[in-house]
Amino acid sequence: MSGGSYYVPATSRWPVLCSLALGVMMIGLGIKLVYDTGLHLAFIGVIGIVAVMWLWFRDVVIESQGGLYDAQMDRSFRWGMGWFVFSEVMFFAAFFGALFYVRMFAIPWLGGEGSKGVAALLWPDFVAHWPLINPPDSSISGPQQVFSPWQLPLVNTLILITSSITLTIAHEALKEGYRKACRNWLTGTVLLGVCFIIIQGVEYYEAYAHYGITLEAGIFGATFFILTGFHGVHVIVGTLILATILVRIQKGHFAHENHFGFEASCWYWHFVDVVWVGLFIFVYVL
Amino acid sequence: MALKLPPQHNLQHSSTITADSQVHHGHPAQPRGILRWLLTTNHKEIGSLYLIFSLTMFFIGGIFALVVRAELFQPGLQLVNPEFFNQMTTMHGLIMVFAAVMPAFTGLANWMIPLQIGAPDMALPRLNNFSFWLLPVAFTLLLSTLLMPGGGPNFGWTFYAPLSTTYAPPSTTFFILAIHIAGISSILGAINIIATILNMRAPGMRLMDMPLFVWTWLITAFLLIAVMPVLAGVITMMLMDINFGTNFFNAAGGGDPVLFQHLFWFFGHPEVYIMILPAFGIVSAIIPTFARKPLFGYASMVYATASIALLSFLVWAHHMFVVGLPLVAELFFMYSTMLIAVPTGVKVFNWVTTLFRGSISFESPMLFSLAFVVLFTIGGFSGLMLAIAPADFQYHDTYFVVAHFHYVLVPGAVFAIMAGVYYWLPKWTGHYPNERLAQWHFWFSIVGVNLTFFPMHFAGLAGMPRRIPDYALQFADFNFISSIGAFFFGASQLLFVLVVVLCVRGGKKAPAKAWEGAEDLEWTVPSPAPLHTFETPPNFHRSSH
Repeated sequence: MSGGSYYVPATSRWPVLCSLALGVMMIGLGIKLVYDTGLHLAFIGVIGIVAVMWLWFRDVVIESQGGLYDAQMDRSFRWGMGWFVFSEVMFFAAFFGALFYVRMFAIPWLGGEGSKGVAALLWPDFVAHWPLINPPDSSISGPQQVFSPWQLPLVNTLILITSSITLTIAHEALKEGYRKACRNWLTGTVLLGVCFIIIQGVEYYEAYAHYGITLEAGIFGATFFILTGFHGVHVIVGTLILATILVRIQKGHFAHENHFGFEASCWYWHFVDVVWVGLFIFVYVL
Repeated sequence: MALKLPPQHNLQHSSTITADSQVHHGHPAQPRGILRWLLTTNHKEIGSLYLIFSLTMFFIGGIFALVVRAELFQPGLQLVNPEFFNQMTTMHGLIMVFAAVMPAFTGLANWMIPLQIGAPDMALPRLNNFSFWLLPVAFTLLLSTLLMPGGGPNFGWTFYAPLSTTYAPPSTTFFILAIHIAGISSILGAINIIATILNMRAPGMRLMDMPLFVWTWLITAFLLIAVMPVLAGVITMMLMDINFGTNFFNAAGGGDPVLFQHLFWFFGHPEVYIMILPAFGIVSAIIPTFARKPLFGYASMVYATASIALLSFLVWAHHMFVVGLPLVAELFFMYSTMLIAVPTGVKVFNWVTTLFRGSISFESPMLFSLAFVVLFTIGGFSGLMLAIAPADFQYHDTYFVVAHFHYVLVPGAVFAIMAGVYYWLPKWTGHYPNERLAQWHFWFSIVGVNLTFFPMHFAGLAGMPRRIPDYALQFADFNFISSIGAFFFGASQLLFVLVVVLCVRGGKKAPAKAWEGAEDLEWTVPSPAPLHTFETPPNFHRSSH
């Protein structure tokens, strides 16, 4: 708690513009999905969001560099970022929950397990199995085969875990004042993130081209793509955040004892990493 | 590096004021007109925006309800076709939950939490503005679905798959996107509230010194951050099932429509506590004030609120007793649900005990709070009846359920919001609300509420299904009374608007401490509260809770 030095910005035009841009994006997306037109509107919205966020964060950076933020403000950012990451955890929890529910309950019940045999009557010939290669109804074709976890997924796991380590080294270097080392290790982290995204892109291509794993391929395809897809989006966002941090390091931002922007990015990246470990175990291995 | 500050910023962080001074130095001229409201980062202005938005939506959602009640006035189909009837029940629920009740509590939180903990503003003021301005975007989009080809959402506010996926109108995609925006607003608002409460309290104010409204909002914000992302997840799966051919809620592909219900109610049950915990906080502020006694059992109130919040994660499937759950799940969710009666009972006991031997006066905030205690308890008891799984097989999807949740939401949440508005209006406007009109509003409301919702218990127990535009003749009398009551209640809410407008324009001047028995920090700043308060944190002296 501080003695009245808390910084309250007078007014800001960015929040209201950001909600407007988000609205334009959502309307464009809706028109695209329902009426198959209007994608340009969605793009205008996305560009608007990116532009406004750029300007908004720019204000924050300028204020921070200008020394307007006291220790209490720093704690507000910490609480804010921490609870934001928690909300992301719960977002992924919904998809993991769906996966566990389907594997532990829905599919065994369709196969006849349990006392509530009604689901089993729908497709009497269906035999429960996972990964679900043969969905209950013949109108839906499952994947032909699924990925071995010990090839590309393992490589990606090692890449992400390594990236968390390199990021930690970069952070320690910043704290100790070795800015050049920090920059180099951070560059390595960003490159590892890019590698992950490329490999994931290759895997998606393989999934559609050779494995028959598609969005339409029964519940396996659905859970596979929603979990890895949202994770992939988070890796892309995380990589962009770290790239921004890298630029700021180059510009001489971040004091060695006070650099929450850097730390927040680390929190986000480690979170993305932990989600991947969960994905690797429950989507690929088990 | 060379620094350039954005032009609109000023170094107001160095301004200091004495406790009773209203003169502020270092604040720039506010933008005028519409820009003032679009660009504001002030918690009081944003709080007012939330409250005005909520009141507007309360009337829009109310009109939808009156369409429903008008159609149900007598058996047979008279006014609207069944498709439109379904859209009205759906939109009434969605608007009241997401656009009326939740923003009203967030508005009260914005206004009162910084004042009650002695903070200069919310922790993240720009984010606060963003959270609010997402709401008009979200609900303009949602309401516009009514005008789209095929009509608006027609599957009930719970939007169960496959009604909301396979058999849904094309506008469902827009409905999903609108709920996404509203969800972002809720999450960011909740993050801001938690950061404010945990980080911005006046020096010396421990967590266990906070007013209960702050405590209940801290716990509510936690619930919001925990479950709104799950809602985002489940509507994303809907979006994929509708537009991208996935099979999350389609058993033919190995998915399960029941999965939708589990995910929805994992969000939905904490959500109903999100709509009642801040009400507990408001009532816990008002009853001690007008009983002129400290709240009985402050610590037990805090622990009870926390217990209710934790239990809310373990009871969701009591909404799904008839869906075909395994017996062990029926039993677990039945007993865990009944367990919630314990902390809730602690709360009701504490309110009643606070009144015991109090020096009670019956101003309008107190009237609404007392009605809250009695009528919310009725809603709680009908909830206990619904928690009994074998009994629920009979009650499920009948008007008994409608009666139950309207008792906890209208004389529960909505009455508490109105009590809070009457209680804090002197602080906001500097004038007391017109007590005579406010009391008329109270008595009209309480008659209207009970006329509307009490007969629904009987109609439901006799077997009248909910969400159906026609009904068998034997339910005619109950529905006749309910519809009369609904229009009476709806019309009497115009009185509320009148009181608020009159209070903003003038009235009896209120001193800083507007109510004799009021104790919290908000009563130490002048009435009306100046735009900026507590820029220098106040010295907090522990009072006896």
